Amino acid sequence: MNQTTAHPAHLQHHFTDAHQQAESAKLGLWIFLLTEVLLFGGLFCFYAIYRSWNPDMFHNAHAFLNVWMGATNTVVLIVSSLTMALAIRSMQLGRRKHTIVFLSGTVFLACVFMVIKYFEYSHKIHLGQLPGKWYFFEGIAGTNPHIFFSAYFLMTGLHGFHVLGGIAVITWLIIKTSRGSFSPEYYTPIEMTGLYWHLVDLIWIFLFPLFYLIG
Amino acid sequence: MKDDAAQRHILPLNLYLAVGSGLLVLTVITVAVAQMDFGQMNLLIAMGIAVVKATLVAMFFMHLKYDNRIYMLVFVGSLLFLGVFIIFTMFDTLRRGDIYEEIAEPYQKEAVIYRTAETGTASSHAAADSSHNAAETETETSDH
Repeated sequence: MNQTTAHPAHLQHHFTDAHQQAESAKLGLWIFLLTEVLLFGGLFCFYAIYRSWNPDMFHNAHAFLNVWMGATNTVVLIVSSLTMALAIRSMQLGRRKHTIVFLSGTVFLACVFMVIKYFEYSHKIHLGQLPGKWYFFEGIAGTNPHIFFSAYFLMTGLHGFHVLGGIAVITWLIIKTSRGSFSPEYYTPIEMTGLYWHLVDLIWIFLFPLFYLIG
Repeated sequence: MKDDAAQRHILPLNLYLAVGSGLLVLTVITVAVAQMDFGQMNLLIAMGIAVVKATLVAMFFMHLKYDNRIYMLVFVGSLLFLGVFIIFTMFDTLRRGDIYEEIAEPYQKEAVIYRTAETGTASSHAAADSSHNAAETETETSDH
């Protein structure tokens, strides 16, 4: 009975204990990640259909993507995933300052990712490679080269919005951490954001070879 | 709170650094391999490396290796259904011609945006028709 009357501030009263609360949050987040997989899955299917119909066009069009920018972005996202994991570890060990440093590093790397993406996008928009009726680039052999760029802008664009969302949430986490809202006993929001951030990294791990490295 | 340590599973710093460097090495490998041509194997190799990288991220960064197995079930379940979605679509897209007269192909060979001002709707219809014929002869030859 004492448990129900005196419990830590972060434990909501409808959970048995902090462990159950954390596990419930994690299950909810994994189900959210499941819907994210299916959201991107539709676009991956779209990519598979059109690549199987136009293998040569996809090969010709992918030459207009900059492999080095894509590879740099891959490295940037992987390192940001590492700093995110280390931010959680630091909070588990109760090192709040380290958590803030690692979270700030994650936000910084996410911003680097978006800046590189900005240069890539603006170059393609300048060339007239925006999909649909805005496509006016000539110089890619094959049928309907705009479809490659439809897939490119839709998939990397949706991924980019996820990165922007991640930047917003991690910035909020930095503020909360510096205010002392988290402790080794309660850091669920950091852990949940970490899972989301790793999924964003995971999706990019597939987008990179599918767009930049078509053999 | 008996399983407090187990539930928090604080992994050693070196493990995170090892997984991170493994991911970077695999990124270098996938870029290097893409510069060489293995024909049909290109896509398989690139996807194989991506799957290994994704597994590393999921198992260690996302803690699936150490967590309750139900999270693994949710995640792997979503990937299984994604596999069913894409593979069955590809069965239809690539192999419909094996059992039916028609094959799966785009509704119009060339998109509307490629129609030039001089050639109106009529000529593009003709283009679509000729593409149909081309597709049919293609299936005929593949049957023999």
